[in-house]
This record gives sequence, structure tokens and C-alpha cells, in this order.
Amino acid sequence: MRGFGKWGIWVYAGMAFTFLLIPIVYTIAFSFNDARRTNILWRGFTFDNWLNVCDAQTVCEAFGTSILIGVVATFLATTLGTMIAIALVRYRFRFRNTTTLLIFLPMTTPEVVLGAGLAAQFLQAGVPKGLGTIILAHTLFCLSFVVVTVRARVASIDPALEEAGRDLYGNPRQVFWRITFPMLLPGIVAAALLSFALSFDDFIITNFNRGAEVTFPSYVYTAAARGIPPEANVIASAVFFLAIALVLIAQVSAAVRRRQLAATT
Amino acid sequence: MAFTAFSSSSTAAEPAVARRSPIALFLLLPGILYLILFFVTPLISLVITSLQEPDPLRFGTFTNAFQWENYVIVLETYGEQSLRSAGFAALATLFALLIGFPLGYFIGITLRPYPLLQGLALVLVIAPFFISFLLRTLAWKQIFSDEGFVAGVLSALAILPPGQAITGTAFSVIFGLTYNFIPFMTLPIYATLASLDLRLLEAGNDLYGSPAVTFRTVTLPLSAAGVMSGTLLTFIPAAGDYINASREFLGSTDTTMIGNVIETNFLVLQNFPAAAALSLVLMAAILILVSLYVKRSGTEELL
Repeated sequence: MRGFGKWGIWVYAGMAFTFLLIPIVYTIAFSFNDARRTNILWRGFTFDNWLNVCDAQTVCEAFGTSILIGVVATFLATTLGTMIAIALVRYRFRFRNTTTLLIFLPMTTPEVVLGAGLAAQFLQAGVPKGLGTIILAHTLFCLSFVVVTVRARVASIDPALEEAGRDLYGNPRQVFWRITFPMLLPGIVAAALLSFALSFDDFIITNFNRGAEVTFPSYVYTAAARGIPPEANVIASAVFFLAIALVLIAQVSAAVRRRQLAATT
Repeated sequence: MAFTAFSSSSTAAEPAVARRSPIALFLLLPGILYLILFFVTPLISLVITSLQEPDPLRFGTFTNAFQWENYVIVLETYGEQSLRSAGFAALATLFALLIGFPLGYFIGITLRPYPLLQGLALVLVIAPFFISFLLRTLAWKQIFSDEGFVAGVLSALAILPPGQAITGTAFSVIFGLTYNFIPFMTLPIYATLASLDLRLLEAGNDLYGSPAVTFRTVTLPLSAAGVMSGTLLTFIPAAGDYINASREFLGSTDTTMIGNVIETNFLVLQNFPAAAALSLVLMAAILILVSLYVKRSGTEELL
């Protein structure tokens, strides 16, 4: 690997990165397309789509729906998942293996199966599909990812710190909110961002449980047949830039902290 | 990222300072109840639905029964689509590995002396997650369209026979699946290689191992856990995917996968028993594959 690797791997990786970026660049480029009806052929550069995103009203509404679902599902999944993660690391209890299995099984279940299962259950129970059922479904598949992400963080906290808090006569509530929670926060934030991203981009499970509700991905899916308006590209690109900015800030601040740490020691 | 945790953090089956406490119950109960209500009972609903028979009195509805033949019928009717799903997903997993492994190696080992570059490379790998899954798949469809640049070049070189489209073929579906799941393959491989002790590679070198031998006997075995979770994270969603194979995206009626069949039966034809039976077949097949795979490679800490 190394003989070939010296230059070969740089070239190979460069090609792989280019490959990964092609459809992203394409989607962003076509958000600036002066498309009139269909956004398939390049017709010229314009900022109009960005300036008047909400002219395509259905796109904007679908976007709002997706944000709402993402926020609520993320809140529910992060709360429930963090509680489970703490229990898994800190406590001994019966049926531990069964519990772990129950948490990880949804991640190894294909989305179609999760979607069809929930839809079958809602059908049998006579629950009308809509915003509520989408939120319930999203909370379910985000939950396992939250547990996995937060668990790693809980495991890295030294329990001695909490003991110190108790020794100093902190009641359990104070110990949790002043010591455990602040130390868990980076893990919880990471889990929440991951949940939101998963929820925002989910199509398959949503499609089985949405009824007449239209989320951003389901809008794109139904519009795919007759052509996607460039406003959809605008929204996707804006979300992309925002996410990249967040990740880059996190990366750079981590690098700065590493350097400061290296300087002080 | 979850993938890092998924692959590398050992589960530590017994916590370091485990205590028994009623607090554990308080912490676990809401989430576990949620999983039972919205994961376990839906699976039971699927089992019940899969055994239903058409209601003789009301057309288009079904009543509970023990119609085991439903499974035989769906397997006979959709055997081709099921096999195709397994084949497409396996090929996509293989291609994703061929791209993802060198990429993970590059970021985890080659770029290790440059932390900032390493971080940026990771951002590039997860970048596709941040743009809508459906839109980036549609982008490939348009890039491959008959009027597009790629089709033009390939026809001019006489690689693409006249009248043959790129989209709607097995090639374009496998291509789309590969593209969409490369990050799922790369991240766990990166995670294991990032923690590989470079001195081991030097040792291999010092012991007169050629780079190829060192790679085969040191690097590869030590990255097995990452390759394994990457393979599972790619194969499972790829086998159940129905976006890439859908007619509106990269597929056609010749590329229908099991996900498309489940979706059509459930949401369009409203043949709920067939959709439920197929879902359970898919889930059972994947669970069997996963447990065999995990057992063979001996890394049970994945679960």
C-alpha cells in the first residue's frame, strides 16, 4: 500500500472527493438557474430563485413542516435517548442485554420495514395519519442514534466528579444539573444535530406515515415526475451551507483548542 | 458522529461503577416504553397484517386470519425482485468498499500528521448528508440524462449503443446506491484506522515485510471492525432502499427492488398483507445475515 500509496493514494482520494461533490455542486449550481418551468437544462444565471424562495409556496410550506417535525422529534428523541444512555452506562439492572438489543434493533431494521410496521399499526388502531404520526415515527428512528452518541460521552465522564459533588452536600438534582448535564452537553448537542439531520432528510419512513401531510423530501419526491422548481434547490443549498458552516466552526474551534492545549503543556 | 461510536467504542458490557438504583428504572422506562409501543408492537402489527385474508363482505379490506400462504405467494410473485435487491445491495456494498476503504485509509493514516486537513476531509465525506438525499439522486439522473454530457461522450465513443439510455438500468441503480452509501462505509473504516498505532506499521516494515505484506497482515486485520460495521451500514439500507431503483429516479420497471414492491403494495395497491409479509421476509433475511456475519467475524461488540 505504501509504495503505491505515496502519490497514488492522494490521487485516488482526490478523485473520490470529486466524485462525492459532483451532485452537490450540481444541485447548488441549479439553484441559480434561470429556469422557467423545468429546472433540467441550464438557461442562465440568476439570483431570483434565492431572493424569492417563497414564490413557490408549496416548497416553502413543505420546508416549514419539515423544520417543525425535525424540532419536535429531535426534542423527544434527545430527551428519551439521553436518559437511556445515562442508565446504560451508570446503572446495573436486569434484562440489560434485552434492553440493549431493543435499542439497537431499529438501527439494523431497513427503513421500509419500520415505515410499513408503523403504518400497519396506525391502520389497525384507526389512527389518522398526519403530522402527529410523522413525529412519532421520526422520534423512533432518531432515538437509537441518540443513545449511541450520548452513551460514548457518558462513558468518558469521570464518576469521581459526581461523587465530589455529593460529598459537598449537593442534592441529586444539583449534582445532575451542575455537573453531569454540562459535561454531557457536547454529546447531547451532537446527538440532537444528528437527529435533526436524520429527521429533516427522511423520506422512506415519512412516506408510509404522512397521510396528506407534505414534508420537504416528500414534496421533492412527488414533484420529481414533473420537474423540481429551482426553489427546492435553493432550500437544499441553504441548508447545506448552514450545516457545513456549523461543522467547520466546530472543526476549527477544536483545532484551536488543541493548539492552545499544546501550548500550555 | 454516531458511526464512530457504532464501530469503535467498546460497549463495556458491565459499567465501571455500576449501581442498582430505582433511578435506573425512572431513566429507562419512558424510552423503553416508547420502543415497545412504536417498534415492537408495529412488528407484531406486521405479523398480524401479513396473515390477513380479503374480507369477503367488504371489497378492498382484510380480516384477521392465519393465511400462511401469503408468504408463499409473495415469495413466488416477487422472488425476482427479492434476489435483485440482494444482488444490487451486495454489489453497491462492494463498490462502496473499494472507494471507502482507500478513502478511510487516506483520512485516518495518510492525513494523520495534518489534523486540520484531516478534519476538512471528514467534512467532505459527510457533505453529501447535508444536501437532500432525493435531490442529489435526481442530480445524477439529470447528469446521466440522454441530453446530458456523459451520455453524449459515451455515445460519441460508441461505448453507449444508440437508443440505450444510462438511467433506468441496473448500472445506474447500483451506481446511485454506491454513491449514496459511500459515507456510511468510509466513516467506520476511518474511525478504526484513525486509532491504529502507526508503530505497528513501522514494525512490519522493520521486520522486512513488504508494504503489501504489512498491509495484509497488519492494517487489514486491525481495520476489520470498521470494515464490518461499514458493510452492514451500507448493505442494510441499500437492500431496503426504493429511491434509487424508483422509476422517477435512477431505475425503471426492470430494476424494481423489494423496497419498491413493499411501497407499491402498501401505499398504491393497498394490498397490506402482501406488503407486510414482504417486510417481514426482508427483516428476517437481514437479521439472519447480520447475525451470521457478526458471529463469523467474531466482533460481537458491535451490538
